[in-house]
Amino acid sequence: MAVITINDKDVQLAESERLNLIQAAQRAGYEVPHYCWHPALTVVASCRMCLVEVGEKKPDGTVAMQPRVVPACQTPARPGMVVRTNSEKAKAAQAATLEYLLLNHPLDCPVCDQAGECYLQDYSYKFGRGYSRFKEDKIIRPDKDYIGENIALFTDRCVMCSRCVRFTREISGTAELQIIHRGAHAEIDVFPGQPCNNKLAGNVVDLCPVGALCSKDFLYKQRVWFLKSTSSVCPRCSTGCSITIDHHKDIVYRLRPRANPQAQGWFMCDEGRFGYKYINAADRLISPMVRHDKHTLYVGWEEVLPVLRRQVRQAVTEAPESAWLVLSPWLTCEEAYLAVRWFRSLSPQTRLASGPVPVVGEDDRYPKDVHGNPPPLDKTLFTIRAEKCPNRLGVEAILKHYQGTIHSFDAVLEAARRGEVRVLYLTGGYPEPGWTSEHCTALEGVGTLIVQDILPSPLTSVAKYILPGAAFAEKDGTFVNHAGLAQAIHRAVQPPGEARSDARIFVDLLERRGLPHAPALRAELASEIPCFAPLNAGQIGPLGVFLNGEGKP
Amino acid sequence: MSFEPVLLRNRGVPDVQRLEVYQQRGGYRALEKALRMSPAEVVQVVKDSGLRGRGGAGFPCGVKWTFLPKDHSGPIYLCVNADESEPGTFNNRILMEEDPHQVLEGITISAYATRATTAYIYLRYEYGRCYRTMQRAVDEAYAAGLLGRNILGRSDFHLDVYLHRGAGAYICGEETGLIESLEGKRAWPRIKPPFPAVEGAFRKPTIVNNVETLACVTHILDRGADWFKSIGVPPDPNNPRDLGSYGPKLYCISGHVNNPCCVELPLGVTARQLIEEHGGGVWKGRKAKAVVPGGISMGFLSESELDTPLDFIGPTKVGCLGLGTAAVIVIDDQTSMVDVLYNSCRFFRHESCGQCTPCREGTEWMTKILARIRRGQGELSDLDQLLEIANGIGITPGTTICGLADGAAWPVKNALTKFRAEFEEYIRHHGRHHDQR
Repeated sequence: MAVITINDKDVQLAESERLNLIQAAQRAGYEVPHYCWHPALTVVASCRMCLVEVGEKKPDGTVAMQPRVVPACQTPARPGMVVRTNSEKAKAAQAATLEYLLLNHPLDCPVCDQAGECYLQDYSYKFGRGYSRFKEDKIIRPDKDYIGENIALFTDRCVMCSRCVRFTREISGTAELQIIHRGAHAEIDVFPGQPCNNKLAGNVVDLCPVGALCSKDFLYKQRVWFLKSTSSVCPRCSTGCSITIDHHKDIVYRLRPRANPQAQGWFMCDEGRFGYKYINAADRLISPMVRHDKHTLYVGWEEVLPVLRRQVRQAVTEAPESAWLVLSPWLTCEEAYLAVRWFRSLSPQTRLASGPVPVVGEDDRYPKDVHGNPPPLDKTLFTIRAEKCPNRLGVEAILKHYQGTIHSFDAVLEAARRGEVRVLYLTGGYPEPGWTSEHCTALEGVGTLIVQDILPSPLTSVAKYILPGAAFAEKDGTFVNHAGLAQAIHRAVQPPGEARSDARIFVDLLERRGLPHAPALRAELASEIPCFAPLNAGQIGPLGVFLNGEGKP
Repeated sequence: MSFEPVLLRNRGVPDVQRLEVYQQRGGYRALEKALRMSPAEVVQVVKDSGLRGRGGAGFPCGVKWTFLPKDHSGPIYLCVNADESEPGTFNNRILMEEDPHQVLEGITISAYATRATTAYIYLRYEYGRCYRTMQRAVDEAYAAGLLGRNILGRSDFHLDVYLHRGAGAYICGEETGLIESLEGKRAWPRIKPPFPAVEGAFRKPTIVNNVETLACVTHILDRGADWFKSIGVPPDPNNPRDLGSYGPKLYCISGHVNNPCCVELPLGVTARQLIEEHGGGVWKGRKAKAVVPGGISMGFLSESELDTPLDFIGPTKVGCLGLGTAAVIVIDDQTSMVDVLYNSCRFFRHESCGQCTPCREGTEWMTKILARIRRGQGELSDLDQLLEIANGIGITPGTTICGLADGAAWPVKNALTKFRAEFEEYIRHHGRHHDQR
């Protein structure tokens, strides 16, 4: 154990730890302001915001401070070091840097998208001075809306921390962003005609500590202080990036990556970042519907569920092996578990199948080299996976437990074509409806087709019962990613209209009392199915829990 | 004074840029001598001589060489800093134009001592004639077996020398900025550690030395460390941080003098001697108001400080940053210090690379304040503001990555402390009386 003193507080460091002084100070509870430093990027020590004083404790107990200030980001914490983050000298250096940064800043906070989550605001408040002594004309630079399809640059607000430039060089490997001009006239720019449109480009907006790089998707939509944040998991591929859903009044405004070294690291891809819009879609299914001949009627849940339950039970009693339940890889583990419990309670001979698993192309690994080729596996910093669903492993683990083998969706279609399917309970949740008219044709002969989904599709126009389910931001539960990491998702917004979380539908079908409670269901799942045993506490921390060590379940 | 020039001894000799003339005058004798020694012995000789870097910082050259990792598998690079861009400095140019083989010999000896196999001469782009004379000298040396493989028949010593023309920025003269520029990137100085001797150009150990430093190496090997130590100023025994100022130095004299020139003198001459004995006195019969001791970034000496010895420690005793490049710029008593300082600030504003916030914004701010003062809209409080900015960006150590901000700050500090009355008067009269002259 090594000890380092920060502002008269002692901090313990493990032998193997390599911390810089920002991190060490964080541990002691002191904030060292910084712009250019980011834990996922190389150190450039250029913003000079994190200047602190350092010294050493001599054997005789006296402290010898260096005459110079040093950047905390660049200085490794060494045993015996004495650091002053709030001495007069350090505070003066920090305040001076902030004053410099604001010299040519337009101070347009009232109309700035970053206001409320801006480090220029926060640090000015904490470390800066209350007024400007700059009497000269500010440098005015043109804003650039051509930086990327989803990115706009408000040039004047930039503090030249170069985080965005380093991101495109070090993480995406695409190197679109660069600095042009010199000195006080330096600006971020792209090479003409080559905008920053790589699949990770949206991250530069999160990395930007000020309001310079803004997301065109979010621009002017909402003041950030009205947003509420809910932690969740991105469902758009099996990487399962930890995210934060920012929402207000039941509308999702944006997704942001949440740092999680177990899942994805620091970032997320644009496919996931901008792939939430189906939640707010105008044509969401909002009420249960029952088909009578050619007409569908909106009905209430209390009407439809008893009828549906009765009809399914009757069909199962007559021919249990022709009753199928299809579990979509978009269901949470809890939902899949409840669905299976209900279906199997009707008869153990009922058939369980997995829904279609969308796979697009191959895994996309970063950073790319100059030719756009992916890096070797051990040098990969970020992967966008080809499997475009969040919970295949979780659903399959449940299917395997109850049925041993897993029937594919093709097997369902095959059985339907042979006329061997009397009841088909189909769960969906796909953001791009996975159902095509071919599926419709194949499922024509199904006696009773029940579709539980979120968006209209060819299947909803032929199904007997249509049950509106919930999207990932509208429910609680567990997703298991490609590596067997179980992560919790939380409800951020209400499902639209009469739509309900899938878990609640299955609880009602099971005739259980009350509403589904994710931690309780998780604990139940853990006690029923051995591979989910690591979840027996019911709660999952923000970083998730690996099922079965670190391997697959 | 009986000082015999050494570095400039071939100056004016017809055709001395040619290899055979240079050799007739004793050229490449030092290289032969060095090759009879082991590299470690050469390093020791240079270390013993007390040679300090001539580029501005005055770091002991031999000590720098010992920072190279031992038993490195190579390659090790030697970068020759010929990006001479400190205002008022032109000694490298004279060395390269007048006596290129002397420089080349020093490069070869230094490469032998540091086990470097490639030397890059990072040449200021504007130095077209230097480029041509140096390139001719390099070609001649290759043809004569003084460069390339198996130099002077030694099967274990190879050296390739490349001339790299710079990208036209002051910051390319900073050693890590030079390396970045050499690698083809923006000349943004690197954070240290790692120092270039450990990880420099192309992530390999690299030594960066000034042209004049390497020219001195030639003569140290030729005449010995003791000869070098017999010239100049020994360290002050009462100052443990003074490493001494040994050897000859090229002083550049420019500005308001009758005879701007570059002279070679032992370290430690005074600014007054330089102006009177070599610069031919201040022009037009005027008096000097201020003198820049070693390139504008070092600050100003006032008239009463002209007897300061210009060695590595002298200028610091009167509040200047240091000796710098020993480029003496004379400013006569008819010149406004406001204009001088504005020009200095404008230069550093223009040359700031923009990496560190204090330098990028501070140089801009200082220039704008001085521009306003010159427009007659200055206020007395602006002077304290200028001093505070100078203190924040450069005088406080550690606020920026490289020394450019220090160079921008010291002239401001010196001008405003040594000539404050003039600034105040200028502001009070809204700059008008200066326009009447």
